[in-house]
Amino acid sequence: MVKQHSVYLDKDRCTGCTDCIKRCPTEAIRVRNKKAVIIDERCIDCGMCIKVCKNMAKKAKADDVSIINQYKVKIAIPAPSLYTQFKGIHNVNKILMALKDIGFDEVIEVAKGAELVTEKTKEYIKNNSRKQPIISSACPAVVKVVQSRFPTLIPNILPLLSPKEITGRMTRTHFLDKGYKDEDIGVFFISPCAAKITNSRYPTLIEKSEVDGVISIKDIYKSMVKAIKKNDHHYEHLRLSSNRGMFWAAPGGEVSASKTINYVAVDGIENVIRILEMIEDNELNNVEYVECLACTGGCLGGPLTVENPFVSRCRMDKLSRYHKNHPETRDIHFVLESLDYAWEKPLKPKEVLRLDEDISEAIKKMEELERIYQELPKINCGSCGSPTCKALAEDIVLKNANIEDCIFMLRKEVGQLAERMVELAEKLPRSIKE
Amino acid sequence: MTFHYDVLGDEFTHAGVASSKVKKILKQLGVPAEIVRKVAIAMYEAEINMVIHANGGVIDGDINEDRIYIVLKDEGPGIEDIKLAMKAGYSTATARAREMGFGAGMGLPNMKRHSDDLKITSEVGKGTVVEIIVFLS
Ligand code: SF4
Ligand code: SF4
Repeated sequence: MVKQHSVYLDKDRCTGCTDCIKRCPTEAIRVRNKKAVIIDERCIDCGMCIKVCKNMAKKAKADDVSIINQYKVKIAIPAPSLYTQFKGIHNVNKILMALKDIGFDEVIEVAKGAELVTEKTKEYIKNNSRKQPIISSACPAVVKVVQSRFPTLIPNILPLLSPKEITGRMTRTHFLDKGYKDEDIGVFFISPCAAKITNSRYPTLIEKSEVDGVISIKDIYKSMVKAIKKNDHHYEHLRLSSNRGMFWAAPGGEVSASKTINYVAVDGIENVIRILEMIEDNELNNVEYVECLACTGGCLGGPLTVENPFVSRCRMDKLSRYHKNHPETRDIHFVLESLDYAWEKPLKPKEVLRLDEDISEAIKKMEELERIYQELPKINCGSCGSPTCKALAEDIVLKNANIEDCIFMLRKEVGQLAERMVELAEKLPRSIKE
Repeated sequence: MTFHYDVLGDEFTHAGVASSKVKKILKQLGVPAEIVRKVAIAMYEAEINMVIHANGGVIDGDINEDRIYIVLKDEGPGIEDIKLAMKAGYSTATARAREMGFGAGMGLPNMKRHSDDLKITSEVGKGTVVEIIVFLS
């Protein structure tokens, strides 16, 4: 299988500690030969491992900024979480201007796309006849977790493209209309998030993403800070969106933009999983819409951001206050009538948990798994390289580990061996036996 | 294969743990999503009932290629009139349970709708046994 995620390990920095295996929400990491290994099909690109690794060994494969030079017209489409990364800046225009200063020809905010998607979401909610809540599709890590762990909830996912993709489409159409050739237009997403790198590079719901490259916020942070400082007083009014679109970056922002009343908004992947469990048990049928964001603090807490998410949240409120008093936005005429928001392909389940293709074989393996698990010490120490004793039992059954990987089991066996050796040593040969 | 779980009474914060473990097993076995969903709903309802009304109990289950069979046993107050209890909206949940959003009286009808075979036997003062069967194919 081709690797379709963006998070990877920098081997040289990895010390083989067990911090990341214990925090990965999908149990996608093992430690083997003193290094962490990601089980590709299980990774949802949530970036939790990037956040918890103190050695900075977990990274996301973003594009280098120099990629923009391959295109004649370079357009940045920044995620709204970019706005909260800079101390003391409450005017979004200054931040957008800095993007121009570091080499982009044009800046089109993803917050604008978010406003468009909001309108479509409202329509969808109004016409929804399912009794179960609709689950937002904005966070790709959540969509992936549904695919692999909650396939029963696939029909609940809002079947609309994300603000990033819509902004990409809108931007490309605009420049095509202006007479540019398709291959000359470069659209670059400025991302807080590894999952969005993945779904630009390997889209699963559309044939091809309109995003040509994804640049991480932290990679351009430094040059942006410099540009903002230099140009503090000279900036253009580049803002297109309103506060509504900007708030999509924070928990509850999406539902407040669409003025949904009967909703649950949840952030942090463990909390998201708990809510998905509840939906699966039919416990949330009286709720209309569920907004789920994998990161604590929503995209403001994205693994590729720089600022602390709680500080970011405070700053977002300041930004919104500033722009309440300075609401002027740029007027670009986008052709929106032909913009398609629908998925081109269905969302398919990913059976990464399955023990065997054949159900009776799977049952046998499950019994074996239980038997092994009962033998293990059940203390989830992680020394074996698997996140829990249950996961080790699973790895053994799937032939990816041995029971001796558990140091307690190894000790027990060594002990038994020693006893046997003492026993043997005490036995005298017949020749000298009295 | 078989499984066994103990369920504590009035432990509302942990109610649903057993059904969530069973769900994971079924997903690992590759049971189709819609069937997992049925089991999830039926078993969750039964488990919650045990927590709210019966001060906990035990859950045993058996899975083979054809079906999953779950028995939930408690030594709670029992159900006086099972037919009445099967009616939507009927509930004997305590005020505390209702405050927490449990006990809207949808439990048994919901269980019935999501299992292929449901059997409830109960004796007042002795307890209740709920048997759920869901076919896997
Ligand atoms: S990105 Fe998330 S799912 Fe992938 S390995 Fe890291 S913690 Fe696990
Ligand atoms: S919450 Fe936002 S930053 Fe985090 S994974 Fe989801 S989309 Fe990416």
